[in-house]
Amino acid sequence: MSCERMESRILAYVDGRLKDSERAEAEKHFAACAICRVRVNEFRSVSDLLGELPMVEPTPAFDVRVRARVAAEPVKQSWWAWMRPSPRIAFAASMLLLAMLWIGYRTQPVAPLPISPEEADASMMQDISVMEDHDTLANFEPLKELPPPVEATADSADDNDQQM
Amino acid sequence: MLDVKGGDEQSFELLLQRYRTPVVNFLFRMVKSREQAEDLAQEVFIRVYRAREEYVPTAKFTTWLFRIATNLALNSLRDHRHQKLEMSIDAPLTADSDEGDERPFEVADKHPTIEQELVENERKKMIRRAIEKLPEKQRVAVLLHKYQELDYAEIAKILSCSESALKSLLFRAYEVLRVELAPLVARHGAK
Repeated sequence: MSCERMESRILAYVDGRLKDSERAEAEKHFAACAICRVRVNEFRSVSDLLGELPMVEPTPAFDVRVRARVAAEPVKQSWWAWMRPSPRIAFAASMLLLAMLWIGYRTQPVAPLPISPEEADASMMQDISVMEDHDTLANFEPLKELPPPVEATADSADDNDQQM
Repeated sequence: MLDVKGGDEQSFELLLQRYRTPVVNFLFRMVKSREQAEDLAQEVFIRVYRAREEYVPTAKFTTWLFRIATNLALNSLRDHRHQKLEMSIDAPLTADSDEGDERPFEVADKHPTIEQELVENERKKMIRRAIEKLPEKQRVAVLLHKYQELDYAEIAKILSCSESALKSLLFRAYEVLRVELAPLVARHGAK
């Protein structure tokens, strides 16, 4: 492995982040290359020195200010928020639905039984036969008071033919 | 974060407790001022809170968190650079203006002599300055790698570069630090 290729691995080697095979390869190179060996030691020293800087703790006021700012944030209502389940609304809606169904059932008009076209025709023909029953008609009291029918003349019969 | 997304305020509090120190430290090393670091860290957490409903766990939460922190830090540095350019060159400088305000938080030895304390302070100042001298991108990479211990893939995502580019960036950063810290490195190596 060349020194140039080692550049991308040297820090990972110092941190112990190389895979076993990569580490073995790197160590083989360091054994043969004094420059990279020195560099590894110096990078390790740099890493240790960086670790000497102490951590700073946020001030107690930091948390207070973050919480205050979070509390001051406007509450965002998404467009479907109204659809979120609410037991009261669900109960009220179901009661309303039940009431509507009950009222609808009670007030529904009784529909006549469906009659087939054949049955309707037969019923009508029955009525016609009654009307054409001459005996019944002859004895029908109001009809007796009517004047007797006028005999149709030949002219009027012709007129009727022309009108047709 | 998914619990925070679900509207659980307690989970946001846990998130804040867990990440407040790493975020403030990262920002402090970036912008050199504790006050400014805390202001920026606040902004980081507010942005996390605001974006909770849109959060999609495509990457680790830390990647997302430090990406927000990195962007804010870089923007802040850019803004301050503009402000500095606008300032008069005659503006007086305080003696320790480049030290940041880290000193009150340093953990001192139990009974150090004045001389030991001075040497120790000088050593830390040197390390801080070496980090501050790094170009911004290299500094972000070193801070996330060394102090936050993020893996290469995460840091590469935060910096929007490839992993091989990141490794090269870190190598160059350590080369700069090696030169800047040469006296300390030599002493450390001799131990």
